[in-house]
Amino acid sequence: MATRVLEIRKNVLNKNDELARELRKDFQAAGVFTLNLVSSPGTGKTLLLEKTLTDLRQRGFHVAALVGDLATENDATRLAKSGAPVRQIKTDGRCHLEADMVRKHLAGWDLNDLDFLFIENVGNLVCPASYDLGEAVRVALLSVTEGEDKPLKYPTMFNSADAAVVTKMDLAEACEYDRETALHNIREIRPGIEIIEVSAKRGLGMEDWLNFLERKKTALP
Amino acid sequence: MHELSIVRGIIDTVSESAQTAKAKKVKVVYLRVGALAGVVKDALLFSYDLAIPETMLEGSTLIVEELPVLIFCRACGKSVELPGVQSFRCPECQTPSGDIRQGKELEVSSIEIEL
Repeated sequence: MATRVLEIRKNVLNKNDELARELRKDFQAAGVFTLNLVSSPGTGKTLLLEKTLTDLRQRGFHVAALVGDLATENDATRLAKSGAPVRQIKTDGRCHLEADMVRKHLAGWDLNDLDFLFIENVGNLVCPASYDLGEAVRVALLSVTEGEDKPLKYPTMFNSADAAVVTKMDLAEACEYDRETALHNIREIRPGIEIIEVSAKRGLGMEDWLNFLERKKTALP
Repeated sequence: MHELSIVRGIIDTVSESAQTAKAKKVKVVYLRVGALAGVVKDALLFSYDLAIPETMLEGSTLIVEELPVLIFCRACGKSVELPGVQSFRCPECQTPSGDIRQGKELEVSSIEIEL
Protein backbone atom coordinates (compact mmCIF):
# COMPACT_ATOMS: atom_id res chain seq x y z
CA MET A 1 0.00 0.00 0.00
CA ALA A 2 1.42 3.36 -1.02
CA THR A 3 1.75 6.14 1.50
CA ARG A 4 2.85 9.65 0.84
CA VAL A 5 3.25 12.97 2.58
CA LEU A 6 1.05 15.84 1.49
CA GLU A 7 1.98 19.43 2.28
CA ILE A 8 -1.12 21.35 3.35
CA ARG A 9 -0.17 24.48 5.29
CA LYS A 10 -3.72 25.46 6.12
CA ASN A 11 -4.98 27.41 9.07
CA VAL A 12 -7.35 25.27 11.12
CA LEU A 13 -9.66 28.22 11.76
CA ASN A 14 -9.62 29.14 8.10
CA LYS A 15 -13.40 29.10 7.74
CA ASN A 16 -13.90 31.43 10.69
CA ASP A 17 -11.11 33.73 9.53
CA GLU A 18 -12.55 33.98 6.02
CA LEU A 19 -16.01 34.79 7.34
CA ALA A 20 -14.51 37.34 9.72
CA ARG A 21 -12.68 39.00 6.83
CA GLU A 22 -15.96 39.28 4.91
CA LEU A 23 -17.71 40.73 7.95
CA ARG A 24 -14.90 43.25 8.43
CA LYS A 25 -15.31 44.37 4.81
CA ASP A 26 -19.08 44.72 5.27
CA PHE A 27 -18.61 46.73 8.47
CA GLN A 28 -16.12 49.04 6.80
CA ALA A 29 -18.26 49.52 3.71
CA ALA A 30 -21.24 50.42 5.89
CA GLY A 31 -19.15 52.73 8.09
CA VAL A 32 -20.03 50.89 11.28
CA PHE A 33 -17.30 50.71 13.92
CA THR A 34 -17.36 47.26 15.48
CA LEU A 35 -15.92 46.24 18.85
CA ASN A 36 -15.45 42.82 20.39
CA LEU A 37 -15.57 43.02 24.20
CA VAL A 38 -13.82 40.18 26.00
CA SER A 39 -13.28 39.48 29.69
CA SER A 40 -13.79 36.92 32.40
CA PRO A 41 -17.32 36.50 33.84
CA GLY A 42 -18.31 39.27 36.23
CA THR A 43 -15.95 41.97 35.01
CA GLY A 44 -18.82 44.29 34.22
CA LYS A 45 -19.07 44.06 30.45
CA THR A 46 -22.83 44.34 30.47
CA LEU A 47 -22.98 47.36 32.80
CA LEU A 48 -20.31 49.18 30.82
CA LEU A 49 -22.19 48.39 27.63
CA GLU A 50 -25.52 49.50 29.11
CA LYS A 51 -24.06 52.92 29.96
CA THR A 52 -22.13 53.14 26.71
CA LEU A 53 -25.17 52.47 24.54
CA THR A 54 -27.17 55.10 26.45
CA ASP A 55 -24.39 57.70 26.38
CA LEU A 56 -23.54 57.23 22.71
CA ARG A 57 -27.21 57.57 21.80
CA GLN A 58 -27.24 60.85 23.73
CA ARG A 59 -24.27 61.97 21.66
CA GLY A 60 -26.40 61.33 18.59
CA PHE A 61 -24.93 58.02 17.43
CA HIS A 62 -26.82 55.00 16.17
CA VAL A 63 -25.67 51.98 18.13
CA ALA A 64 -26.51 48.29 18.37
CA ALA A 65 -25.25 45.31 20.32
CA LEU A 66 -24.95 41.56 20.04
CA VAL A 67 -24.45 39.77 23.34
CA GLY A 68 -23.12 36.28 23.75
CA ASP A 69 -24.19 34.14 26.64
CA LEU A 70 -24.01 30.43 27.35
CA ALA A 71 -27.58 29.94 28.42
CA THR A 72 -29.67 33.01 29.25
CA GLU A 73 -31.14 36.09 27.58
CA ASN A 74 -30.78 38.24 30.70
CA ASP A 75 -28.11 40.52 29.26
CA ALA A 76 -30.07 41.38 26.14
CA THR A 77 -33.09 42.25 28.26
CA ARG A 78 -30.92 44.55 30.40
CA LEU A 79 -29.28 46.21 27.42
CA ALA A 80 -32.53 46.72 25.52
CA LYS A 81 -33.52 49.26 28.18
CA SER A 82 -31.03 51.65 26.59
CA GLY A 83 -33.38 51.84 23.60
CA ALA A 84 -30.74 50.47 21.22
CA PRO A 85 -31.38 47.38 19.08
CA VAL A 86 -29.93 44.39 20.93
CA ARG A 87 -29.80 40.71 20.10
CA GLN A 88 -28.74 37.81 22.28
CA ILE A 89 -26.52 35.10 20.86
CA LYS A 90 -27.17 32.01 22.93
CA THR A 91 -24.21 29.71 22.38
CA ASP A 92 -25.80 26.66 24.05
CA GLY A 93 -22.77 25.89 26.12
CA ARG A 94 -20.12 26.94 23.63
CA CYS A 95 -17.47 29.00 25.35
CA HIS A 96 -16.91 31.67 22.67
CA LEU A 97 -18.55 33.47 19.77
CA GLU A 98 -17.65 32.64 16.17
CA ALA A 99 -17.92 34.81 13.07
CA ASP A 100 -20.75 32.69 11.72
CA MET A 101 -22.89 33.33 14.83
CA VAL A 102 -22.32 37.06 14.42
CA ARG A 103 -23.27 36.94 10.74
CA LYS A 104 -26.48 35.03 11.44
CA HIS A 105 -27.57 37.38 14.18
CA LEU A 106 -27.08 40.46 12.03
CA ALA A 107 -29.80 39.29 9.64
CA GLY A 108 -32.40 41.96 9.08
CA TRP A 109 -30.31 44.83 10.45
CA ASP A 110 -29.18 47.47 7.99
CA LEU A 111 -25.54 48.08 8.87
CA ASN A 112 -25.68 51.39 6.98
CA ASP A 113 -27.96 52.73 9.71
CA LEU A 114 -25.38 52.09 12.43
CA ASP A 115 -22.37 54.01 13.73
CA PHE A 116 -21.26 51.52 16.38
CA LEU A 117 -21.80 47.80 16.80
CA PHE A 118 -20.76 46.22 20.08
CA ILE A 119 -20.24 42.48 20.35
CA GLU A 120 -20.15 41.31 23.95
CA ASN A 121 -18.35 37.98 23.92
CA VAL A 122 -18.97 35.09 26.29
CA GLY A 123 -17.30 35.70 29.66
CA ASN A 124 -14.13 33.69 29.19
CA LEU A 125 -10.51 34.77 28.95
CA VAL A 126 -9.27 31.76 26.97
CA CYS A 127 -11.32 30.58 24.01
CA PRO A 128 -12.60 33.85 22.49
CA ALA A 129 -8.98 34.85 21.81
CA SER A 130 -8.76 32.45 18.86
CA TYR A 131 -11.87 33.66 17.03
CA ASP A 132 -11.82 36.77 14.89
CA LEU A 133 -15.32 38.24 14.62
CA GLY A 134 -14.48 40.88 12.04
CA GLU A 135 -14.18 43.58 14.70
CA ALA A 136 -12.17 46.76 14.18
CA VAL A 137 -11.05 46.77 17.78
CA ARG A 138 -10.84 44.06 20.41
CA VAL A 139 -11.18 45.40 23.94
CA ALA A 140 -10.17 43.30 26.94
CA LEU A 141 -11.74 44.23 30.26
CA LEU A 142 -10.17 43.70 33.64
CA SER A 143 -11.87 44.65 36.91
CA VAL A 144 -9.99 45.89 39.95
CA THR A 145 -11.54 43.04 41.95
CA GLU A 146 -9.91 40.33 39.84
CA GLY A 147 -6.28 40.62 40.79
CA GLU A 148 -3.47 42.48 39.11
CA ASP A 149 -1.88 39.34 37.65
CA LYS A 150 -4.84 38.41 35.42
CA PRO A 151 -3.03 39.60 32.27
CA LEU A 152 -0.09 37.34 33.11
CA LYS A 153 -2.41 34.38 33.67
CA TYR A 154 -4.23 34.93 30.38
CA PRO A 155 -1.54 36.39 28.13
CA THR A 156 -3.06 35.13 24.88
CA MET A 157 -6.21 37.16 25.40
CA PHE A 158 -4.51 40.33 26.57
CA ASN A 159 -1.95 40.07 23.82
CA SER A 160 -4.69 39.84 21.20
CA ALA A 161 -6.48 42.96 22.48
CA ASP A 162 -6.15 46.40 20.88
CA ALA A 163 -7.20 48.25 24.03
CA ALA A 164 -7.82 47.43 27.67
CA VAL A 165 -10.46 48.81 30.01
CA VAL A 166 -10.00 48.55 33.76
CA THR A 167 -13.47 48.45 35.31
CA LYS A 168 -15.00 48.98 38.79
CA MET A 169 -12.50 51.73 39.61
CA ASP A 170 -14.86 52.88 42.39
CA LEU A 171 -13.92 49.68 44.26
CA ALA A 172 -10.17 50.13 43.84
CA GLU A 173 -9.49 51.27 47.36
CA ALA A 174 -11.70 48.68 49.05
CA CYS A 175 -9.93 45.93 47.09
CA GLU A 176 -6.48 47.36 47.76
CA TYR A 177 -6.03 47.42 44.01
CA ASP A 178 -2.40 47.95 43.03
CA ARG A 179 -2.80 50.19 40.02
CA GLU A 180 0.83 50.40 39.08
CA THR A 181 1.29 46.62 39.03
CA ALA A 182 -1.92 46.03 37.09
CA LEU A 183 -1.06 48.55 34.36
CA HIS A 184 2.52 47.26 34.24
CA ASN A 185 1.29 43.69 33.74
CA ILE A 186 -1.05 44.66 30.92
CA ARG A 187 1.79 46.52 29.17
CA GLU A 188 4.22 43.63 29.72
CA ILE A 189 1.87 41.42 27.71
CA ARG A 190 0.86 44.02 25.14
CA PRO A 191 3.43 46.80 24.80
CA GLY A 192 1.93 50.11 23.72
CA ILE A 193 -1.69 49.17 24.43
CA GLU A 194 -4.12 51.97 25.27
CA ILE A 195 -5.63 51.57 28.75
CA ILE A 196 -8.79 53.29 29.93
CA GLU A 197 -9.96 53.23 33.56
CA VAL A 198 -13.66 53.46 34.33
CA SER A 199 -16.40 52.94 36.82
CA ALA A 200 -19.54 52.52 34.76
CA LYS A 201 -21.61 52.55 37.94
CA ARG A 202 -20.32 55.95 39.13
CA GLY A 203 -19.63 57.39 35.70
CA LEU A 204 -15.88 57.74 36.37
CA GLY A 205 -13.74 57.70 33.24
CA MET A 206 -16.75 57.28 30.97
CA GLU A 207 -15.81 60.49 29.17
CA ASP A 208 -12.38 59.00 28.34
CA TRP A 209 -13.97 55.78 27.11
CA LEU A 210 -16.53 57.55 24.92
CA ASN A 211 -13.86 59.86 23.51
CA PHE A 212 -11.71 56.81 22.77
CA LEU A 213 -14.60 55.23 20.84
CA GLU A 214 -15.24 58.39 18.83
CA ARG A 215 -11.55 58.86 18.07
CA LYS A 216 -11.12 55.25 16.93
CA LYS A 217 -14.20 55.47 14.76
CA THR A 218 -12.95 58.63 13.08
CA ALA A 219 -9.54 57.03 12.46
CA LEU A 220 -11.11 54.17 10.55
CA PRO A 221 -10.59 54.35 6.78
CA MET B 1 -12.33 24.31 26.48
CA HIS B 2 -12.68 24.94 22.78
CA GLU B 3 -10.21 22.25 21.69
CA LEU B 4 -13.04 20.05 20.41
CA SER B 5 -14.10 22.83 18.01
CA ILE B 6 -10.48 23.17 16.94
CA VAL B 7 -10.27 19.41 16.31
CA ARG B 8 -13.40 19.59 14.15
CA GLY B 9 -11.60 22.26 12.15
CA ILE B 10 -8.62 19.94 11.78
CA ILE B 11 -10.85 17.06 10.62
CA ASP B 12 -12.56 19.29 8.01
CA THR B 13 -9.31 20.70 6.71
CA VAL B 14 -7.55 17.34 6.53
CA SER B 15 -10.51 15.42 5.05
CA GLU B 16 -10.87 17.97 2.27
CA SER B 17 -7.21 17.72 1.25
CA ALA B 18 -7.16 13.93 1.63
CA GLN B 19 -10.22 13.53 -0.57
CA THR B 20 -8.78 15.78 -3.25
CA ALA B 21 -5.64 13.60 -3.25
CA LYS B 22 -7.86 10.51 -3.48
CA ALA B 23 -6.47 9.07 -0.27
CA LYS B 24 -8.02 6.00 1.31
CA LYS B 25 -6.90 6.85 4.81
CA VAL B 26 -5.06 9.48 6.79
CA LYS B 27 -2.25 8.06 8.91
CA VAL B 28 -0.51 11.06 10.46
CA VAL B 29 -1.47 14.71 10.88
CA TYR B 30 1.25 17.28 11.57
CA LEU B 31 0.05 20.40 13.36
CA ARG B 32 1.96 23.59 14.14
CA VAL B 33 0.73 25.37 17.27
CA GLY B 34 2.11 28.73 18.38
CA ALA B 35 2.44 29.60 22.06
CA LEU B 36 -0.17 32.33 21.51
CA ALA B 37 -2.68 30.14 19.66
CA GLY B 38 -4.68 29.70 22.85
CA VAL B 39 -4.66 25.94 22.56
CA VAL B 40 -3.60 23.40 25.19
CA LYS B 41 -1.73 20.48 23.66
CA ASP B 42 -3.00 17.78 26.03
CA ALA B 43 -6.61 18.90 25.62
CA LEU B 44 -6.10 18.87 21.87
CA LEU B 45 -4.73 15.30 21.84
CA PHE B 46 -7.54 14.16 24.11
CA SER B 47 -10.22 15.76 21.92
CA TYR B 48 -8.58 14.38 18.80
CA ASP B 49 -8.96 10.76 19.89
CA LEU B 50 -12.58 11.43 20.79
CA ALA B 51 -13.47 13.04 17.50
CA ILE B 52 -11.73 11.01 14.78
CA PRO B 53 -13.71 7.73 14.83
CA GLU B 54 -15.85 7.27 11.71
CA THR B 55 -13.92 9.92 9.78
CA MET B 56 -11.08 9.56 7.26
CA LEU B 57 -8.77 10.29 10.16
CA GLU B 58 -9.83 7.26 12.20
CA GLY B 59 -6.79 5.54 13.71
CA SER B 60 -4.44 8.39 12.75
CA THR B 61 -1.84 10.03 14.96
CA LEU B 62 -1.69 13.74 15.69
CA ILE B 63 1.81 15.15 15.98
CA VAL B 64 1.96 18.62 17.48
CA GLU B 65 4.91 20.91 16.88
CA GLU B 66 4.92 23.71 19.46
CA LEU B 67 6.31 27.04 18.30
CA PRO B 68 7.72 29.67 20.65
CA VAL B 69 6.89 33.34 20.22
CA LEU B 70 9.27 35.41 18.09
CA ILE B 71 9.14 39.18 18.37
CA PHE B 72 10.99 41.69 16.27
CA CYS B 73 13.27 43.81 18.44
CA ARG B 74 13.84 47.22 16.88
CA ALA B 75 16.79 47.97 19.11
CA CYS B 76 18.59 44.77 18.11
CA GLY B 77 17.25 44.87 14.55
CA LYS B 78 16.30 41.19 14.53
CA SER B 79 13.69 38.64 15.52
CA VAL B 80 14.26 37.14 18.94
CA GLU B 81 12.70 34.14 20.65
CA LEU B 82 10.80 34.67 23.91
CA PRO B 83 11.35 32.15 26.69
CA GLY B 84 7.64 32.37 27.59
CA VAL B 85 4.55 34.51 27.12
CA GLN B 86 4.68 36.48 30.38
CA SER B 87 6.70 39.38 29.06
CA PHE B 88 6.97 40.82 25.57
CA ARG B 89 10.47 42.22 25.91
CA CYS B 90 13.61 41.34 24.02
CA PRO B 91 15.45 38.82 26.23
CA GLU B 92 18.75 40.37 25.14
CA CYS B 93 18.18 44.12 25.62
CA GLN B 94 14.83 44.29 27.52
CA THR B 95 13.16 46.57 24.95
CA PRO B 96 9.38 45.94 24.81
CA SER B 97 7.95 44.93 21.45
CA GLY B 98 4.46 44.11 20.25
CA ASP B 99 5.69 43.16 16.80
CA ILE B 100 4.95 39.44 16.78
CA ARG B 101 6.60 37.42 14.02
CA GLN B 102 5.66 33.92 15.20
CA GLY B 103 3.45 32.35 17.85
CA LYS B 104 -0.15 32.65 16.64
CA GLU B 105 0.01 29.66 14.26
CA LEU B 106 -2.63 27.00 14.37
CA GLU B 107 -2.15 25.17 11.13
CA VAL B 108 -2.01 21.73 9.60
CA SER B 109 1.42 21.67 8.00
CA SER B 110 1.22 18.26 6.33
CA ILE B 111 -0.45 14.85 6.42
CA GLU B 112 0.62 11.30 5.66
CA ILE B 113 -1.95 9.52 3.59
CA GLU B 114 -2.50 5.99 2.32
CA LEU B 115 -3.43 5.80 -1.35
